[in-house]
Amino acid sequence: MASQGIEIRNLYKIFGPKGEKYIPMVKNGMSKAELNDTYGHVLGLNDINISMPAGKIQVVMGLSGSGKSTLIRHINRLIEPTAGEVVYEGVDVCKMSKSELLQFRRHKTAMVFQKFALLPHRTVLENTLFGLEIQGVDRKEAVKRAERWITRVGLEGFEDHYPNQLSGGMQQRVGLARALANDADILLMDEAFSALDPLIRMDMQTVLLDIQQELHKTVVFITHDLDEALRLGDQIAILRDGAVIQKGTGQDIVLKPADAYIADFVKEVNRGRVIRAETVMRKGQGGDQSVPKSALLETVAKRLSESGADEITVVDDGGQPVGVLSLHDVIGAMVTPSV
Amino acid sequence: MVDIPDYLTTFPEMSRTELRDLKKGVDAAFRGFSRTYGEGIENFFKPLLHFLVWFEKLLLATPWPLMILILAGLVWLGARSWGLVAGTVAALLVIGYLGMWEDTMFTLALISVATVICLLVGIPLGLLMSKSDRLQAVITPVLDLMQTIPSFVYLIPIIMLLGIGRVPGLIAVCIYAIPPVVRLTNLGIRLVDKDVLEAADAFGASGWQKMFRVQIPLALPNIFAGINQTIMMALAMVVVASLIGAHGLGSVVLKSVTNQYLALGVMNGLAIVAIAIVFDRVSQRFGKRMQKHMEVVHG
Ligand SMILES: Nc1ncnc2c1ncn2[C@@H]1O[C@H](COP(=O)(O)OP(=O)(O)OP(=O)(O)O)[C@@H](O)[C@H]1O
Ligand SMILES: [Mg+2]
Repeated sequence: MASQGIEIRNLYKIFGPKGEKYIPMVKNGMSKAELNDTYGHVLGLNDINISMPAGKIQVVMGLSGSGKSTLIRHINRLIEPTAGEVVYEGVDVCKMSKSELLQFRRHKTAMVFQKFALLPHRTVLENTLFGLEIQGVDRKEAVKRAERWITRVGLEGFEDHYPNQLSGGMQQRVGLARALANDADILLMDEAFSALDPLIRMDMQTVLLDIQQELHKTVVFITHDLDEALRLGDQIAILRDGAVIQKGTGQDIVLKPADAYIADFVKEVNRGRVIRAETVMRKGQGGDQSVPKSALLETVAKRLSESGADEITVVDDGGQPVGVLSLHDVIGAMVTPSV
Repeated sequence: MVDIPDYLTTFPEMSRTELRDLKKGVDAAFRGFSRTYGEGIENFFKPLLHFLVWFEKLLLATPWPLMILILAGLVWLGARSWGLVAGTVAALLVIGYLGMWEDTMFTLALISVATVICLLVGIPLGLLMSKSDRLQAVITPVLDLMQTIPSFVYLIPIIMLLGIGRVPGLIAVCIYAIPPVVRLTNLGIRLVDKDVLEAADAFGASGWQKMFRVQIPLALPNIFAGINQTIMMALAMVVVASLIGAHGLGSVVLKSVTNQYLALGVMNGLAIVAIAIVFDRVSQRFGKRMQKHMEVVHG
């Protein structure tokens, strides 16, 4: 079940009755505010180009109103694009016929929502098998699969409860089970954990990461929380006013913020949990203690202080030494540079 | 005092002959319509008449203890309340004892058939209305008219078309009673949570799947409120409907009005009230039971 990546190319969305008409102006650099003030149209997305990697978690981040929800809804075309393409398995989703689109949504995608969007008249079990029911899967088989996912997200025993009898965290577990039961390659999550308390949120992130290790789905995860983005994202794209202002790994973004806006964003981040050994190591070799090059600085610091050694060797996947780090290097890299 | 000119104190009326000709013209036109199509329309409603008559006979032919048992059973199924079952049985016993059993059966038949017709027409109409803003804009004023126009006014064309009898009575009841179920079906579907609908879309639900698996189930509380109001309005029409030939408690009330039979009028009126209360409570509780799981407890 090798997932495929999603290619988003030159995607524009202008809300309003005559969106297409204003594409050339936006291409010529008209700003969101100008478009709104002069022509009463809202610029939702402005020339989005992102290659979302197969089997990885692509995070899309940005402040409220930056166009995150608009972007993720183009992947299953809950929102019609004004221009551009969204290519999956060589097919442009934006050009699919109505029935092709239904099949695509049924079999290739599943979605988790910020406000859960569970069916209040259905039990946990029946919510979970909703997607399978829509696909036309035989009832017995659907129940079997749904039960497996209910167990997987830790809700066994709650099959016959109604959503209104569950806490927010449990409701979102149902939302996750419902999406996973679909067995789709693409998992779309629009601020799926934003409505949850911090502790429960961490819990859910762990659940997602565990499941992802096993399933390798192509996940698109929307958040406005940088810590969440850094924890989950294999790749991160940052949106502002409907445009991508930076793309890269969490490390890229923390170490080389593209502008002052992002620099401001990443200021408070715990760098020890983002930056990896290979990024800051020096040439050389030190002692018999070693850490893998992908280790986070926090881990390296812990190993160093536990062993009491001055330096630690950084090794590659084959165990060959590629560099060295001292406690001094590590702490220096973990401190946010003052701008 | 200023002299107010004549043309301000007297309204510029149509001339008398013109007005008379206009009215005559409309009446003649409708009579013509009725002469040409009346029989066709009557034939169209024949099956309905047969069904109503058959249903009346069925209710009357059923032995009264069995009838009470059946009604009590229905009340239990709908409301799950022993108190209401007991109240229903007591009311039916008193009604029978006071000699109103037969008329009550006629009224029950009329109300049941009218309600079924209203639901069969009204719910699909409400669903269509919820799909199209244009249709809503067309139908809403018609419903307003149906609810506000004095019912005596539409009795006239009904009589001209169909004469006096059960079917005209039934139609009069339906015209008056159908608006709530149409309105609340439309409203209920429109009020369904957009987020839930979006989720259904995201999972690839087709229009029909959304309608039957998401929208109708979630609109049920409102649809049931509409059904409840429709039944109540149908009951409110039984006296008026008896003016044009509906049988039952209503016609006895009408007779009492014209002859000043106080006791008879009050007794039959109270029987209508008793039926109304039972229908109301049963349909309300049934609706409530359906929405038990709808309230949001956790945010
Ligand atoms: N249907 C619509 N019609 C007009 N404008 C819209 C519509 N939907 C979204 N917008 C506008 O598009 C922009 C992006 O909205 P979007 O919902 O994608 O933001 P978001 O990043 O998801 O924000 P949030 O964090 O608040 O969810 C906003 O300016 C919003 O007002
Ligand atoms: Mg959003």
